[in-house]
Amino acid sequence: MEFYRSHVLVCGGTPCVLGGCKAVRDALIGEIHRQGLSREIKVVETGCLGPCDLGPVIVVYPEGTFYGPVKVEDVPLIVEEHLLKGRVVDRLIARERPAEKEIVKYEAPSYLGPQKRIVLRNCGLIDPESVEEYIGRDGYAALGRCLSQMKPGEVIDLVKRSGLVGRGGAAFPTGLKWEFTAKADADQKYILCNADEGEPGTFKDRLILEGDPHSIIEGMAIAGYAVGADKGFVYIRGEYVISIERMQKAIDQARRLGLLGENIFGSGFGFDIEIRKGAGAYVCGEETALIESIEGGRGEPRIKPPYPGTHGLWGKPTVVNNVETLANIPPIILNGPEWFRGFGTERCPGTKVFTLTGDINNKGLIEVPMGITLRQVIYEIGGGIPGGREFKMAQTGGTSGGCLPRELLDVPMDYFSLAEAGSALGSGALLIMDDSHCIVDIARCFMKFFRHESCGKCTPCREGTDRLYEIMDMVSSGRGRAQDIDLMTELAQVMQRASLCGLGQAAPVPVLTMLKYFRDEFEAHIADRTCPTGTCGL
Amino acid sequence: MAGIITVDDILTKYKGRPDALIDILHEIQDVQGFLSDTSIIKVAEALDLPASKVYGVATFYSLFTVKPRGRNVIRICESAPCHVLGATAIINALEKELGIKMGETTGDGKFTLEYTSCIGVCGVAPAIMINEVVYGNLTPDKIPHILSEYR
Ligand SMILES: Cc1cc2nc3c(=O)[nH]c(=O)nc-3n(C[C@H](O)[C@H](O)[C@H](O)COP(=O)(O)O)c2cc1C
Ligand code: FES
Repeated sequence: MEFYRSHVLVCGGTPCVLGGCKAVRDALIGEIHRQGLSREIKVVETGCLGPCDLGPVIVVYPEGTFYGPVKVEDVPLIVEEHLLKGRVVDRLIARERPAEKEIVKYEAPSYLGPQKRIVLRNCGLIDPESVEEYIGRDGYAALGRCLSQMKPGEVIDLVKRSGLVGRGGAAFPTGLKWEFTAKADADQKYILCNADEGEPGTFKDRLILEGDPHSIIEGMAIAGYAVGADKGFVYIRGEYVISIERMQKAIDQARRLGLLGENIFGSGFGFDIEIRKGAGAYVCGEETALIESIEGGRGEPRIKPPYPGTHGLWGKPTVVNNVETLANIPPIILNGPEWFRGFGTERCPGTKVFTLTGDINNKGLIEVPMGITLRQVIYEIGGGIPGGREFKMAQTGGTSGGCLPRELLDVPMDYFSLAEAGSALGSGALLIMDDSHCIVDIARCFMKFFRHESCGKCTPCREGTDRLYEIMDMVSSGRGRAQDIDLMTELAQVMQRASLCGLGQAAPVPVLTMLKYFRDEFEAHIADRTCPTGTCGL
Repeated sequence: MAGIITVDDILTKYKGRPDALIDILHEIQDVQGFLSDTSIIKVAEALDLPASKVYGVATFYSLFTVKPRGRNVIRICESAPCHVLGATAIINALEKELGIKMGETTGDGKFTLEYTSCIGVCGVAPAIMINEVVYGNLTPDKIPHILSEYR
């Protein structure tokens, strides 16, 4: 390997690409060449570095100086001052807004605070298009250990002992899921990676795929070995153009090195992966709808049971795991279950990747131990609410999660505590809203989403989402009736009990929590025909 | 230069693979801009599927369209994180700038305005997608400049 005096990392995730990151990278390479530094300094395009709204962001190693947002015009100055003369360009350093605190060290930038990176261990640190760099950070060592030193049953046992639960929303214990499929007797089994990521406010899977695609390949191959499957599919939503490209490159590289294909590491175990591209349907994230879609049909969920673990893709036993779940597997194998249990809570070990969106100063991706409180996430890591406004509510778990008021800011962020609070951790989306927003207007926006995304197969969901939207629309336009609150509650309960899949069961959750915690705002719209925040134009 | 890809080329590539229906529809739409009745019937015949099944799939997924659209499709995210940070103002700015309403195509066939659910770039909300390119951190005053690249 060649030795470079410095490395310059340029964020190549989707938002930064639109912020002009490719142009910045090209300018950097050109300028470094012009200054005759090409042999000393290497430019690396990496996955997301975290603070999405500061992009394009670049980091200079070994110092770890964080610059952003960087414009093409700034590049000559950075190269001349920092790379040639070794002087930090103060003016361009990324600042944590609004406190204007400097982000200097990448390993521990101030905004990382209580963060702990297991899933995102490589994101932003390696070139995702280089399998060598992944290997250089212990990549494929876990697969090697499984194939050479462990029996499939031992792998499952280890994952069970780690306490890992699925990160796709349902929080099902991963080891147990693998065990069901391992025990099923069949000539063919499959591993599916669910990268459909349609939950509004969620973009963690995209950034993992863009930043560390090999970790998913390795996780899937380990799952394949554990359950006896030799074929995997990654189902990526069609909108994720860069994720699809990077994943394909990674699969090709892994095949070239014999990390996918027949007889991996001479163990006799073979495994291969193909990508399937989604076509824009939220419901396809539901595991049985996803299977229908891979088979080439309309993505309508199947009735469960039977579960995919025994009757999945083409009727064969199938493990469906989320991207983040799979990214946890290699470090768990390498470091052991006790290490993993050292993070998070007793019932929910490990970390969780959250995406912070809405009215919050530091938007973007964070990874924290399970069980940290909502208040810590918003104020310690997220930098609080911008513009001097007040916190009004946070929706956890995406559009199908509940809305929590200020009184619940100290709820621990793990699957069980949030479920007890009437909400959900779900995919890890966190939407923060300040006091300028109207509850009815937001509820209407949520229901518009579900009404559009309901697949129409079952009546409670198809009709329920439509009717809830209509009622919200009437309330918001001053045509609400006194009985509407009870009607919505009843409708919501029917949907929760009678819908075929999780879409219809979860769709009323935000409405129910809003009726519970912010009932007075609905009443103001209905009884007084006024919108307390003035949003609805009543 | 490679010749123009036709529907027949795509169907030859996926012969006997009904499971590849969604990939086939993606590729045909990339080439033709939308999925016409003629293409749908061709696909059905080639894969030995009922045309109703192919049409059912084509109309289930929101990335597919069975009607011709403008040369540039602008998809505006209207999910909650974008809504909270001002998607409505972006919609108004686009409608005003193009002189059409959501769901419509401009008279010169250059632009179509559509809604989309979250496109996974909420960290830079509000966001839109023009064809395959994502634009984020939008404000109404940035719209004319972005559109000028496509005019
Ligand atoms: C409407 C709906 C949408 C879903 N979307 C996703 C998704 O985008 N990604 C995902 O991993 N799981 C999604 N799920 C959950 C999956 O059905 C499944 O539980 C999950 O992929 C299992 O993986 P895990 O055990 O690793 O979490 C969704 C569920 C429902 C009901
Ligand atoms: S909500 Fe608009 S991109 Fe996610």
